[in-house]
Amino acid sequence: MPAALADRSAWELRAQYRSGETSPTEVLRAVLKRAAAVESQLHAYLFLDREAALREAVRWDALAGRPDAPALAGVPVALKDNLCTRGWPTTAGSRILDGFRPPYDATVVTRLRQAGAIILGKTNCDEFAMGSSTENSAFGPTRNPWDLDRVPGGSSGGSAAAVAAGEAALALGSDTGGSIREPAAFCGVVGLKPTYGRVSRYGLIAFASSLDQIGPIARDVRDAALLLQVIAGRDPADSTSADVAVPPYTERLSGSIQGLRVGIVREFFAEGIEPAVAAAVRAALDVLRGLGATCEDVSLPHAPYALPAYYLIAPAEASSNLARYAGVQYGHRAAAGDLYTLYARTRREGFGAEVKRRIMLGTYALSAGYYDAFYLRAQRVRTLVRKDFEDAFARFDVLVGPVTPTPAFRLGEKVDDPIQMYLSDIYTVPVNLAGVPGVSVPCGFVRGLPVGLQIIGRPFEEGVILNAAYAFEQATAFHTARPAIAAGSGGTAAGGRA
Amino acid sequence: MSTAYETMIGLEVHVQLSTTTKMFCGCALAFGSPPNTLTCPVCLGLPGSLPVLNRRAIELGIRTALVLECRMHAESQFHRKNYYYPDLPKNYQISQYQYADHPPLATGGVLVFDAGGAARRVGIRRVHLEEDTGKLVHAEGRSLVDYNRSGTPLMEVVTEPDLRSTEEARLFLARLRAILQYAGVSTGRMEEGTLRCDANLSLRAPGGPHGIRTEIKNMNSLRSVERALRFEEARQREALGRGDAVVQETRHWDEDRGVTFTSREKEEAQDYRYFPEPDLVPLRVDAPWIERVRADLPELPEARRRRYVEAFGLPDHDAGLVTATRPMAEFFEETVRLFPQPKTVSNWLVGDLAAYLNASGMEIEEVPVTPAGLAELLRLVEDGTVSGRSAKEVLEEMLRSGRSAGEVVRERGLVQISDAAELAALVDAAIAENPGPVGDVRAGKDKAVAFLVGQVMKKTRGRANPEMVNRLLRDRIGAG
Repeated sequence: MPAALADRSAWELRAQYRSGETSPTEVLRAVLKRAAAVESQLHAYLFLDREAALREAVRWDALAGRPDAPALAGVPVALKDNLCTRGWPTTAGSRILDGFRPPYDATVVTRLRQAGAIILGKTNCDEFAMGSSTENSAFGPTRNPWDLDRVPGGSSGGSAAAVAAGEAALALGSDTGGSIREPAAFCGVVGLKPTYGRVSRYGLIAFASSLDQIGPIARDVRDAALLLQVIAGRDPADSTSADVAVPPYTERLSGSIQGLRVGIVREFFAEGIEPAVAAAVRAALDVLRGLGATCEDVSLPHAPYALPAYYLIAPAEASSNLARYAGVQYGHRAAAGDLYTLYARTRREGFGAEVKRRIMLGTYALSAGYYDAFYLRAQRVRTLVRKDFEDAFARFDVLVGPVTPTPAFRLGEKVDDPIQMYLSDIYTVPVNLAGVPGVSVPCGFVRGLPVGLQIIGRPFEEGVILNAAYAFEQATAFHTARPAIAAGSGGTAAGGRA
Repeated sequence: MSTAYETMIGLEVHVQLSTTTKMFCGCALAFGSPPNTLTCPVCLGLPGSLPVLNRRAIELGIRTALVLECRMHAESQFHRKNYYYPDLPKNYQISQYQYADHPPLATGGVLVFDAGGAARRVGIRRVHLEEDTGKLVHAEGRSLVDYNRSGTPLMEVVTEPDLRSTEEARLFLARLRAILQYAGVSTGRMEEGTLRCDANLSLRAPGGPHGIRTEIKNMNSLRSVERALRFEEARQREALGRGDAVVQETRHWDEDRGVTFTSREKEEAQDYRYFPEPDLVPLRVDAPWIERVRADLPELPEARRRRYVEAFGLPDHDAGLVTATRPMAEFFEETVRLFPQPKTVSNWLVGDLAAYLNASGMEIEEVPVTPAGLAELLRLVEDGTVSGRSAKEVLEEMLRSGRSAGEVVRERGLVQISDAAELAALVDAAIAENPGPVGDVRAGKDKAVAFLVGQVMKKTRGRANPEMVNRLLRDRIGAG
């Protein structure tokens, strides 16, 4: 039985537009119908522009089936709300950006439009991408499509939930310490954090500039490759974007990993991981072995120091990046008399607790007299972590491990315990510090909740990790499972539990 | 008797770079455009925007580093200077801080300048690049922000505290400005704010340790730099003389009252939390780039002075004065192009025009007289229409009112009297009125001729052709 329209992959849609089996408008209507059915429960979107999307779909109806149609012609795509969209609200999940409508599109948004994508709206996220559950959104949490009592992960929880539930074919997220991979794992979809510099950050509302990367969230690996293809590449507007050629990712998906040298990161199976998660990941390793890969243990000795270093570097940069939200030019402005009161009251009213916590942490870490002990030392740790990865990649083509220590946790379970919340990112943060790419691909279920396998690659070798993930995906059926909420609403769902 | 303190002055000079676009975006730089018309997401600091370095600004920085003989750093770093102010849209300024492991563009240079005939060397601590802020406008009880200036490329040149007098500070600044103008780095106009200067001043007892320094801000001309520093020097000397301590603080210069006053900024409270700007990659300047910039360096004042001596035959001293600033040199060359008598042009520039500039505190580019205007006046002198003496008066009026030489001459009736009959009548009258001096002339006292010429000139308010008067007097007295 074919998948419902709303659950079809982008590459399937491309083929079916070509064959005339369906049209962008038909697909968009199915997706909007799905969204209408599930949004009241999920709250994946903060803003949805049905009319604009329908206009775009109609425009592509005549063109999307042509052989020269661009890569994403007629494909419905959702954007995390920390990506600037011209004329559309862009809040980054924060009260302080209430009412802000950027006068410009982020570079990735421009590239999506050029590629023919139909942009549906903006997805929910933790405030300024600070969080691992989307509970830090000022506009209420998003729920996990697999279990409405659980979080979808974060900070790109809205994007991951929307893709998992068929509210968009594809979505963009951003990943500073795991914010694409963790929600992808929790929601049973594919999420890729590209190499730092692979994708332009121009128009991404900054959290921690030296760590932030925009990346694709999709229902299968080929779709993730397709979306990465569109957004990757040098952008003169982002000085940190790399001038490295973008290979044709989708064409490189051979599905063969014969002889691939896989390093199993020992530190990612240490104390704290839920045994069932470890078991699912180890089972995935057997699949890779069965496909001809050689798997051996490898150590990243400084990985345990990555999280504390991250919680100095990221807040330090954030404390400066978020200084501009002070009620002067845009966004929320408190009613106040003098300048200092205006600043203080605007920020007190506009920012949530977690954002304030990180601003204070970061301000402290950069303060005179503490800079060397905190910020500088954290940067040294970062260098060591990067060196660990370099050493490991001298022996291995890819590194693997779990994405998270546990599957999706319950709403409210960790909101009052920041350290527990931060620990959700313990296996993803080192990858950001090293600047290397990492992908999360569904590799099993624990108590009915999806588990992700993390595959990490050398800088700019997204093609290698995507192909490894693709090979795994071809050999397994985890990615074909759809949450019940999708099946129970808006047409026929595909597949079952693997 | 008071202690002979040694004055130690260091300058921080902020220069607006002569680029066509801003430091980190493509917005145009234009003085006097309507508020907030030259902005974009980057210089407004909108969420998601990112800076991209202006290559031209870097090259002007390299030029400066070259002419100041600095050490260029192969890799330099930009930093964020964090503080809150409404004219600073990101609430941090992108600048270059001096961390040892990621230095600013260039460090450790020297500038040699002439201080009353003696060559003085002043150490240059660093040259770094940064962005300017917007501008606050206070009107009708409200504060408005104009972001046109936001992101304007600035360069900061910081000296060692090597200057030993207020006069040296002024001479140094004039020389630095001239070099930056010549190098095409900046227009260097203090009055327009394209060159701003803060100073540190302290007094040191002979053989003693460095004194406590104060920082002086808000000096808007070369002259106010010297005045402010002189005031501050005296104030500190007086305080030390009374046995008081000098307080380390920032003081503002009040041009009208002629005093510096404390701005009561809590200096220790200001922590800028500098850290490397993660939105910019380290700036790499390699040797080939430096050599390309070196090859493109415009002629510097010293070279131009030598050229003027050789090509125009100017005396060395005059050539030095004419080339002291680039606008002056350009004024000179343009006038010479229109009136090809370099020595005459130079004489007027270092004489009457320089005197006027000194007295008025203006710069050559601020006066209403153009090279064409001066050339016109010189032609009137050359063809005998006005006397040299009247010409001085004409120039003064031209400088004051901006009117042309021809207009002033006509209006004031300053056309030289060269009509023989008219002059003969004037000469005869002078002879009749001054029998004594006439007798002296007859007795062979030649000096008396000059007196009589003077009488005629006085009567004609300088309009009489002095050579003709002289000839007529000798003829008539000799004949009488």
